Amino acid sequence: MLSVGVKPSTRSAFMLTLKRDLLIAFKRKNDIVNPFMFFVIVISLFPLAISPEGERLTEIAAGVIWIAVLLSAMLSMDSLYRGDFEDGSLEILLLSPHPLFFLVLAKNIAHWLVSGLPVVIASPLLAYMLKLPSESYATLMLTLLIGTPTLSLIGSIAVALTVGLGSRGLILAVITLPFSVPVLIFGTLAVQASASGLPSGGYLTLLLALLAGSLSLAPLTSAAALRISVS
Amino acid sequence: MNQITESTVALGAPLLEVRGLCCERDERMLFAGLSFVVECGTVLQIAGSNGSGKTTLLRILCGLNDGYDGEIIWRGESTDDMAESFAGDLLYFGHRVGVNKILTPLENLRWSAGMQRNVNDQLLLDALEAVGLRGFEESPCYTLSAGQQQRVSLARLRLSPATLWVLDEPFTTLDVDAVAQLEQTLADHARQGGAVIVTTHHKLSMPSVSRLTLGVN
Repeated sequence: MLSVGVKPSTRSAFMLTLKRDLLIAFKRKNDIVNPFMFFVIVISLFPLAISPEGERLTEIAAGVIWIAVLLSAMLSMDSLYRGDFEDGSLEILLLSPHPLFFLVLAKNIAHWLVSGLPVVIASPLLAYMLKLPSESYATLMLTLLIGTPTLSLIGSIAVALTVGLGSRGLILAVITLPFSVPVLIFGTLAVQASASGLPSGGYLTLLLALLAGSLSLAPLTSAAALRISVS
Repeated sequence: MNQITESTVALGAPLLEVRGLCCERDERMLFAGLSFVVECGTVLQIAGSNGSGKTTLLRILCGLNDGYDGEIIWRGESTDDMAESFAGDLLYFGHRVGVNKILTPLENLRWSAGMQRNVNDQLLLDALEAVGLRGFEESPCYTLSAGQQQRVSLARLRLSPATLWVLDEPFTTLDVDAVAQLEQTLADHARQGGAVIVTTHHKLSMPSVSRLTLGVN
C-alpha cells in the first residue's frame, strides 16, 4: 500500500514511466514487431542476393548482422517520443518534479527492452543462417547486448531534437548514423576477431566504454533536446 | 497596452509574480512590460483575441518556453532557482491534454497523476467517477470522445497536490454540465487557498476572478 499524498520518489517516478512505456509498447505490437521483422528480412536477403556459399557468407556475416541491427534500430527509434509529443504527455513529463535525466533513461530502457533485446536474443539463429562459426555466437550476442543500448541512447538524442519537426524524413538517419559508426566498427571487429580465433576482449572493452559514456551523457542531452523541442 | 481590470490585494509574498515580461515571436511583439501578481485564493482569467499570446504566456509561466525577457518570481524567488519545488506545486493543462489513446483512463492517470503524488487505484477511480467517467475506466481512450478524453486529463485536478493550476482552454470540448462542474472545481480550489490561471473565451461565473487582457491597444 502506497502512502497517499506524499510526493513520489524519483525511483517510483522512474518505475511508473518504465511501466507505462512498456504497457504502451505491448498494446501497440506493430512498433515491436515491424522493426524486428525488418531486421530478419534484411538479413535473409543477403544469402539470396550474394551467394548461399558458406565461405562467402561467413566472411560478411558479422557486418550484415550489425548493419541490419543499425537499420532496424533507426526504424524503431521514431516512435520513442513522437506519441508523447503529439498527445501532450511530453509536457507532463517535462513539468514533473523529478530529474528529467532519470525519466528519459526510463523511456530509453523501455525502448531497448522491446526493440533491442529481441534482436540480441534472435541473433544466434540469424548467425547460423549466415554460417557464422558457432564459437563466435557468444561474442556476437555480447557485442549486441552492449551495442544495442548504446544505439538506443544515441538515437534518443536525435529523436528528441527532431520530434517537433513536421516532416522528419531522413534527418534522423543523417544525425544518428555518423555517431553510430564506432559501435558498428567495434561490434563487427569483435565478432570477426572471434570468428578467426583471435581474442576480442579489447573491442568489447571499447564497446563498454561507449555504453558507459552514452549512458551518462545521452539522457542529459536528450532531456535538453526535449526542452528545446517543446518550446 | 495590457491591463488588469480588477487587481488583487497583496498579502505577504505573492504566490507568483511576473515583472516586465516581454515576448517576441516571429518578429512580432506578443506582449511587452507585462506585470501581474497571482495570490493564493484567486482565479486569474487571461483573455485576448486569437493569436494574442495567451498560450505562449502560460507556457512561459510554466517554464516550457524560455524565449522571453523579464522575471517570474515564485513565492519570492526566481523560478529558475527553485525549479523542482515549483514543478511539484504546479499543474499544467495544455491544448494537447496528455492522454495516451492506447491506454485506458485508469492507466493514463496512474502515470500522469502518479508523477506528482503517490496514488492508489481507489483514488484514481474516485477521481474518474467525479468527472463522470465511471464505467469507462477500462476502455481504451481512442474509443472515448474528445470531451471525455479532456475529462480524463481534468481528473488530474482532483488528484494533484499543486497549489497553482495553469489551465489552457480547459472548457473547449466540455458539455454544459461539465463546464459548470469545472467552474465549481476551480472556485473550490481558490477557496481552499489555491490559485488558478486560466485562458478561456468563456464567461466565468464565479466570484473573485481577475482578468488580464492581452493584446489590447
